[in-house]
Amino acid sequence: MKFFKLFALVLPLMFLAACSSSPDKGMNGGDVAVEERGADTAGVNGQGADGEDMGAEAKVVVGEDGYAGNELNDPSSPLSNRVVYFDYDSDVVRSEDQETLRAHGAYLAKNPNLTVRLEGHTDERGSREYNLALGERRALSVRQILMLQGASIDQFQVTSFGEERPAEEGSSEYAWSQNRRVELKYIGR
Amino acid sequence: MLRQWFKLVALLIALVPWPAQAVLTIEITGGSEAALPIAIVPFGVEGYAPPEDISEIISSDLASSGRFAPLEKRDLISQPHEGEQVNFQDWRLLRSEGLLIGKVSSQDGENYQVQFQLFDVYKAEQLVGKRYNVPASGLRSLAHQIADIVYETLTGEKGVFSTRLAFVTEMKNADGSKRYALQVSDADGANPRTVLQSTQPILSPSWAPDGERLAYVSFENAKAEVYVQELSSGKRQSVASFRGLNSAPAWSPDGKKLALTLSKNGNPEIYVLELASGELSRVTHNSGAIDTEAVWMPNGREILFTSDRGGRPQIYRVDADGGRAERVTFEGSYNASADISPDGKTMAMVHAVNGKFHIAIQDLQTGAVQVLTETTADESPSFAPNGRMILYATEQKGRGVLAAVSVDGRIKQRLGEAGSAVREPAWSPFRR
Repeated sequence: MKFFKLFALVLPLMFLAACSSSPDKGMNGGDVAVEERGADTAGVNGQGADGEDMGAEAKVVVGEDGYAGNELNDPSSPLSNRVVYFDYDSDVVRSEDQETLRAHGAYLAKNPNLTVRLEGHTDERGSREYNLALGERRALSVRQILMLQGASIDQFQVTSFGEERPAEEGSSEYAWSQNRRVELKYIGR
Repeated sequence: MLRQWFKLVALLIALVPWPAQAVLTIEITGGSEAALPIAIVPFGVEGYAPPEDISEIISSDLASSGRFAPLEKRDLISQPHEGEQVNFQDWRLLRSEGLLIGKVSSQDGENYQVQFQLFDVYKAEQLVGKRYNVPASGLRSLAHQIADIVYETLTGEKGVFSTRLAFVTEMKNADGSKRYALQVSDADGANPRTVLQSTQPILSPSWAPDGERLAYVSFENAKAEVYVQELSSGKRQSVASFRGLNSAPAWSPDGKKLALTLSKNGNPEIYVLELASGELSRVTHNSGAIDTEAVWMPNGREILFTSDRGGRPQIYRVDADGGRAERVTFEGSYNASADISPDGKTMAMVHAVNGKFHIAIQDLQTGAVQVLTETTADESPSFAPNGRMILYATEQKGRGVLAAVSVDGRIKQRLGEAGSAVREPAWSPFRR
């Protein structure tokens, strides 16, 4: 509930910011949250960074200026973070990502009609088949934390792409750190 | 008039650029001091000139093996094409023990007669000689067959020049998206054909023992699923699409079963799928660990696989019927992707030393480990069907290439392809 209040408060400010600056200086890439829209544009912003479909049943908050968005798109909410990262050859969720995942777990528990696709990824080192399995294990450890918050098992699709879909190309420590990840992708039903 | 028009059309078709049929080329990158000198005289031509240079293909096959050093053409003292033209004294001066001669003739440019003779120069006797009739389209594979005969006659081991390679290429489209292709080429990288094209990754091709089918992993349905495809017809069939991972297929030596990694019960485990009945039996039971990358021992009774049940990935061995797995690798903190030599005595694997991934072999009797490569991002070792070379994937300047190394570590080759990253190699069995 706290998120809703915060969102209602922040939204008009963001709308102003969007109006006063050029569009491309607004939110960039990633989780695009607010766009410059006419007052008559309503509905859910289905433009998550990954082309995910938020679905009509996601909670919708309507701001005073007529913009409608949902909690998932609020950049100040931990829900806006949809990627967690891992150490090399590890499927242990880092302590700094626990809060993000608890927020997603609670959100899923509150919205039992939502499903989320958990996509596990690894860096390029080691065998592709082992990495496929490791990516799945990462996705499963994320699912476990989400379920501890009350989300149910049928709200999840678990997939692994192993090392096949790097977020960052290249063979640097930095690229590897960006590629060892689980992405949460919400799907409407 | 009409005929000319046809010719024009044929010419135009030939000029249309076909989608990336790039050719893998073999480059010898390391040591072959012990290579045997052999004189290969360019084959004589009677009538129509053949579309393939047979003696050149044989020469390049033998050189690429690292075990032969064909003499330079300019060093050949004479150019005999028939046995009676050979003066053995001359050839002894060149210190070449073997001499290969032959000729190609055709009356119509469609059918060719090819003959060859291989001589032992010091004993002044013919070791082997054969004559063939082939259509023009069969000349290239005939050249590989002759190279196999020469190789086997002089080394006592079967040659692999008539075998094939399967591998996966990845290419970038102009918009940054990627496309993947499963390809099969001749052992020398020539004659590549695309078995499957996809916008999604393809992994882990595995040859059926009959050399007619490939099993592989495709992500075309946004998750890893296993398919079996017949090469001659292109017909394919999904054989495992359970919830979770379906990956790492490996054919049993009798060709009737596939070992697979499935996580349908929540954790990656090794299963055996009987292809005719679709019956599935579970081999490993270790819910806390990754079990994957099965490969059958040639006896068909045991399976090697990768598991991190001990904390880090290591190779284990288990009965194909299940039961207790025993650890096989103890040296180093990372051993994965096992392949087994055809005689079942030597295991190849990816072995990490100080965070660098090399190809190593382990003697299964003594446990002795030998690192074969200096390259540092090595993956997917695959034995040649004669057990002599190991093909693997590695990187060169950040791009995926294939390489091969002999089991004694002395001979090293690189197989590069222009324009695309190459990986996931699998060496075919012998043709039956």
